[in-house]
Amino acid sequence: MNQAIAFYVLSAFILGFAVLVVSTRNTVHAVLYLVLNFLAVAALYVLLTAQFLAVIQVLVYAGGIVVLYLFVVMLVNLKRPPEDHSAPQRHSWIGFGLSGLVLLELAVIIGYGSIAPPGPANAQNTDLAMYNVEKIGMLLYTDYLIPFEVASMLLLVAMVGAIILAKREL
Amino acid sequence: MITPTHYMLLSTALFIIGVLGVMLRRNIIVIFMSIELILNAVNINLIAFSYQLQNGIGQVFAIFVIAVAAAEAAVGLGIILAFYRNKETINIDEMSVMRW
Repeated sequence: MNQAIAFYVLSAFILGFAVLVVSTRNTVHAVLYLVLNFLAVAALYVLLTAQFLAVIQVLVYAGGIVVLYLFVVMLVNLKRPPEDHSAPQRHSWIGFGLSGLVLLELAVIIGYGSIAPPGPANAQNTDLAMYNVEKIGMLLYTDYLIPFEVASMLLLVAMVGAIILAKREL
Repeated sequence: MITPTHYMLLSTALFIIGVLGVMLRRNIIVIFMSIELILNAVNINLIAFSYQLQNGIGQVFAIFVIAVAAAEAAVGLGIILAFYRNKETINIDEMSVMRW
């Protein structure tokens, strides 16, 4: 029962802040709403007993990526918002139609999926919840060692690429 | 009782909000933030099933998704800065230099 209340409250926060991110005119406000959205998602991870992921979410998303966005918003410093000047070829109803189509497709997939029998019943306070960091660490450094190293290479390449792109001259 | 279907509906709604942002907004920074929302929707799905099946692999994949999102944000924002330096705009309608 408590879990249901927490789920619905957090869902309302997540979706409400997501709508605000997409619809706010002021870009700085949109970035700040994004922080609140990420924090609500982190709380949802705690509800799902993924404590390590919740900490990573706060550190990497709400701490790192959002600061990067804020820096770019400040550096770009627009006099006129891009939405102001009119584009005659812009048809927003096409965007609505295509998004509605994707929603319909996903709803059909979930509808078919929920007919199928559910998986094994979830037991509270099992190993994954109690030894979350240990389990994740064991998986990362044994079965998924090579993807882990590839991800570290990807981050290195992204760092070099970002520096080269942002430099004025090489 | 909260079933995985609830979490899937939540992540679907978040995904659709992100897709709407990508399709309707002209500001490329907002479009990048919408992509982050989409990646968050994916992560919610992965962790909901990790909880349901009591299997840590879903959380490992969520960590990979977060790593890729960080790399994408760094490179994408670098591209935005380089573009803004040349064109003085972040409207995607004016980003047509690579179009044939």
